[in-house]
Amino acid sequence: MSLMFSLAEPTSTWYLVLSAVLFGIGTIGVMVRRNPLIMFMCIELMLNAVNLSFVALSSQIANIDGQVVVFFVLVVAAAEVVVGLGIIVSIMRRRTTLTVDDMSGLKG
Amino acid sequence: MELFVFVVAAAMVLGGALGVVTRSNPVHAAMSLVLTLFGIAVMFVSHNAHFLAAVQVIVYAGAIVVLFLFVIMLLGVDKAEDLSVEPITNQRPLAAIIGVGISAIVIAAIVSSRAGLGASGEGVNETTFESPDANIRQLARVIFSDNVFAFELTSVLLLVAVIGTVVMARKTKSVGTGK
Repeated sequence: MSLMFSLAEPTSTWYLVLSAVLFGIGTIGVMVRRNPLIMFMCIELMLNAVNLSFVALSSQIANIDGQVVVFFVLVVAAAEVVVGLGIIVSIMRRRTTLTVDDMSGLKG
Repeated sequence: MELFVFVVAAAMVLGGALGVVTRSNPVHAAMSLVLTLFGIAVMFVSHNAHFLAAVQVIVYAGAIVVLFLFVIMLLGVDKAEDLSVEPITNQRPLAAIIGVGISAIVIAAIVSSRAGLGASGEGVNETTFESPDANIRQLARVIFSDNVFAFELTSVLLLVAVIGTVVMARKTKSVGTGK
């Protein structure tokens, strides 16, 4: 099946493919990096990829609900970052290195 | 013109994302994250989601990345970490395979369902072109009518997050000695 992308105007398929690639890069980052701050940034990348696909589909099917979902995702992402960075700061009070491999205190 | 905007914004997004993953210095990674977020904001504008583009710049690039930089500076971890060692054997090839696999599966789903999505470019929300603030009016009407309960719940969520962070980040000494 040929993709038949019209070169004049990017369709929402382009945006969806871009958001899939962005999500994949974020996934690789979460799995590869050992610094919890960088892992948080990669989670933000994945959230943004999903936001981009929501907005692209929202304008594709002419329904504003996708943008409403993105609005709520932004709020929840802000709350998540606040709590996560608070946890990292309080962990760093006791330790000197910032690596997730060292945080095995709750392991059974 | 649309194509030019898409190519530039996509280059910003992908370049920034690769920078976040590959940069060894956390400050550089945060700067790359800003690049990605601005690229996403440009794409929101090209989809006539003007309010979300503004919120993206203000909340993400303005607040969240500054919070990241605050923590990086506060903890003093703004030194380049050694990325040459792999903590787990074969971790990076496996991670690359899984990440590329997830992308490939999603792209395959998108391409195969392209007909159902109506990829002709039709169906762009016409009402957003009526006036400059039509997007904000439309969004506000939906948020404050159908989703008003969820909107109120997010304010509760933010309150819980703020209080929880203050309690968590407080010095443990002050908890022991009492208020």
